[in-house]
Amino acid sequence: MGSPMKIRAAIKDGRTEVKVLIAHPMETGFRKDPEGKTIPGHYINEVVAKHNDKVVLSAVWGPAVSQNPFIQFQFVGGTPGDSVSVTWKDNQGDSRTDQVALS
Amino acid sequence: MTVSDMNNGGHSRREVLSRRQVLWSGARLMGGLLLLSLAPIRAWAQALEGMFKERTVDDVLKALGDKPTPSDQIVLTTPDIAENGSVVPITVKSSLPSTTDIYLIIEKNPNPFAAAFAIPDQTDAMISARVKVAQTSNVIAVVKADGKLFSATRETKVTLGGCGG
Repeated sequence: MGSPMKIRAAIKDGRTEVKVLIAHPMETGFRKDPEGKTIPGHYINEVVAKHNDKVVLSAVWGPAVSQNPFIQFQFVGGTPGDSVSVTWKDNQGDSRTDQVALS
Repeated sequence: MTVSDMNNGGHSRREVLSRRQVLWSGARLMGGLLLLSLAPIRAWAQALEGMFKERTVDDVLKALGDKPTPSDQIVLTTPDIAENGSVVPITVKSSLPSTTDIYLIIEKNPNPFAAAFAIPDQTDAMISARVKVAQTSNVIAVVKADGKLFSATRETKVTLGGCGG
C-alpha cells in the first residue's frame, strides 16, 4: 500500500494550488547492488489527481522521475470542504490513494 | 462446542470464515475503486508505454507524431547547474491556448522520455516535478496544444550523475 502521501491544497485567488509529495523508491532498474546484481525497476507509472470526482491532473511516468516524487499544479475553483485526492499505481502492482479536504 | 471451536475463542469456524470473506470483499472493493479512478488514463498510459523504452530523442519525437515547433510561449525552468542529478526540479508553463499535454524529455538519459502530464480544461497549463538527469543534457518540454506539438529546450549541467553509483 506504500506510505502516506503528503498533500497540500490551498485556495488562492479563485484557484487551488496543489503540492503532492509521494513516498516511493522510484528504482530505475539500471542500478546494481554491491554484489553486482541489477536492482529490479520499481517505479510509479500512473498518477491521477481529482477535485471531488473530477480529474484535474493525470500523469504517466517512467523511472526517470526522482525518488519520492514531488508535483505541483493548480486548477480553477475549489471551495472549503471540497476533496482533493491523489491515486498512484506502480509497475509492481502496488497502489495508493490519499485525500485531503480543502480548508 | 468442540475443542477447535474453543481455540477460535468460542466462534464457530463458519463465523471466522465469513469474517474473512468480509475482509476480502472489502479489499476487492478498494481495488475496484482504485481501478475506477485510474481507468480514465489506462488507454493513454498504454499508448505511451513504448515511448519510455525509446533510446533517442529522435525516436521519442517520431513516436509522438510531428516534429515539435520551438515556441517562446512555453517557459521551461530548470537549474543551469544541478549539483545532484537525481533530483532536478523542472517547471513547465505553457501559454499556448488549448494546451492538453506536457511531456518531459531528458536527451542524454538512457531512456529520454521521462514523464507525461494531461491537463484538463479546469487546470492551468503549468506543472512542476523533479526528475533524474544522468549527465549534462538538454531538457526538452514538449507541449501539445490544439493537437499540435511545440517545444522548449534548456541545457542543465550535471556535476553528479542521476543514476546512483
